[in-house]
Amino acid sequence: MNTTTATTANTPASEEELAAIAKAVNRQRLVIFLRVALAIFTLTSWELAVRYELIDPFFFSQPSAIYEQLYVWLTEGTAQGPLWRELLVTMEETVLGFLIGSLLGIFCGIALGRNKLAGDVFSIYIKVANAIPRVVLGSIFIIMFGLGMGSKVALAVVMVFFVVFGNAFQGVREADRNLIANAYILGASKRQVTFTVVFPSALSWILASLHVSFGFALVGAVVGEFLGARHGIGLLISTAQGSFNAAGVFASMVVLAVVALAAEYSLTALEDKLLKWRPAQFVEHGM
Amino acid sequence: MPTPVIELTNVSRKFISAQGQVTLALREMSLIVNEGDFCAIVGPTGCGKSTTLGMITGLSPPSTGSVKVFGKPVTGIDPNIGFVFQADAVFPWKSVIDNISIGPIYRGKDSKTAKEMAAEWVRRVGLSGFENHYPHQLSGGMRKRVALAQTFINEPKILLMDEPFAALDVQTRALMQEELLGLWSEKKASVVFVTHDIEEAIALADRVVVLTKGPGSVKSSYEIPLARPRDVSQARYSDEFVHLSKQIWFDLKGEVQI
Repeated sequence: MNTTTATTANTPASEEELAAIAKAVNRQRLVIFLRVALAIFTLTSWELAVRYELIDPFFFSQPSAIYEQLYVWLTEGTAQGPLWRELLVTMEETVLGFLIGSLLGIFCGIALGRNKLAGDVFSIYIKVANAIPRVVLGSIFIIMFGLGMGSKVALAVVMVFFVVFGNAFQGVREADRNLIANAYILGASKRQVTFTVVFPSALSWILASLHVSFGFALVGAVVGEFLGARHGIGLLISTAQGSFNAAGVFASMVVLAVVALAAEYSLTALEDKLLKWRPAQFVEHGM
Repeated sequence: MPTPVIELTNVSRKFISAQGQVTLALREMSLIVNEGDFCAIVGPTGCGKSTTLGMITGLSPPSTGSVKVFGKPVTGIDPNIGFVFQADAVFPWKSVIDNISIGPIYRGKDSKTAKEMAAEWVRRVGLSGFENHYPHQLSGGMRKRVALAQTFINEPKILLMDEPFAALDVQTRALMQEELLGLWSEKKASVVFVTHDIEEAIALADRVVVLTKGPGSVKSSYEIPLARPRDVSQARYSDEFVHLSKQIWFDLKGEVQI
């Protein structure tokens, strides 16, 4: 029965275990090294290709120009104001849209998933709503809510909602019949079943969708700003575009990439915390 | 005169698929289980063993006939019923202690009382030290123990078991059978134990009911005169046991031949 509990933590490691740990550490180092090497290689070849006039910096810019652009934005600020304030605006829209959209999505997905008739009626419309490009709604939101934050948040909400909704709905439907029957027999009410069985089993579906949907919220916010705004990274891109400043567009992308990466890490941390009951994934290297 | 706790009278159960196809799972089945009785049901696959249990719980009502529990027609899930599933039905996101205490919590106990009750059951099923483990960290036999404790903590007067040990290896299964008899002898709930394993049925039960192939109905019924308390691992070598096992197998053989 000891095989089921972790033995590595408190028992002194044998030579074989030490070798395995060393191997894993080495591999981790190799991965990081290759990642850095790949980035350096790409950026260098890009820079060199521009210097030797293989590609046109007017369209493709160049790493040094992007770096300079970022440096200027960071030290002197953008034409619209300091970079951090522009970023803050975009982040506020993204996070608000993400939170509202996912909460609404989770709520509606579970409510509809628990009701068979409603689920059957609505499922076709959900497919339709998922298939049409919802970014188009951005124009309508600009008309409805104006150039301020409201229209961007609304667009981000719409982008996020359907993804989370669809996953929550599916997660509820995939909940194990045996577990539900067991809960009923153990004495649960319908409400208790929803909260203690259905929601936890849908949670892994929901969390998986949150990874994608944060990116969608960012798209919603940036596209919203693109269509018309007074502040934000999207406006920064659209201004750069207007002045044929390719470096500006790429620099904005770098800023967004950093944000997206940070969000991804925090979502993974949240997921690990909420789903700690799941069996660990065994990864055999070299297979 | 023993009091009947479960009475099935001329029960039939049809399943109608979405395409309108009708499958008859049980036909005119009658069965009475008395208070404190350990009744095992054996039968070929697809004969409606699990369907029978479903009707007693109230999860799936019969098409015709009557099902009575404690003398009253079944209308919903009776709180006196406990059910142990074939598949793992413990909640994977709850630790052992939380899994066991969930029944009392569902039934309105506050979480502190429920935890105290559960701690006692953790000890009784021999899982001390594993309170905070999650099901995936346990072996199949240990998970089954969690399932037993989860059910027994509600002190069911009727215990329904649907091939609960089918997925376990032979040694673990024998251990779990002993353990089940031990737990059962303390409270003497009425048990309906569905299995396809004749030896398991004889070793555990007071009475073994053989069903015909689907649509199932009762073919024959055997009283098991083996003394209690039984030593499951020893009982199966007695002449009486072997004789019964032959007889039941002979009955069943007629049903499983294609």
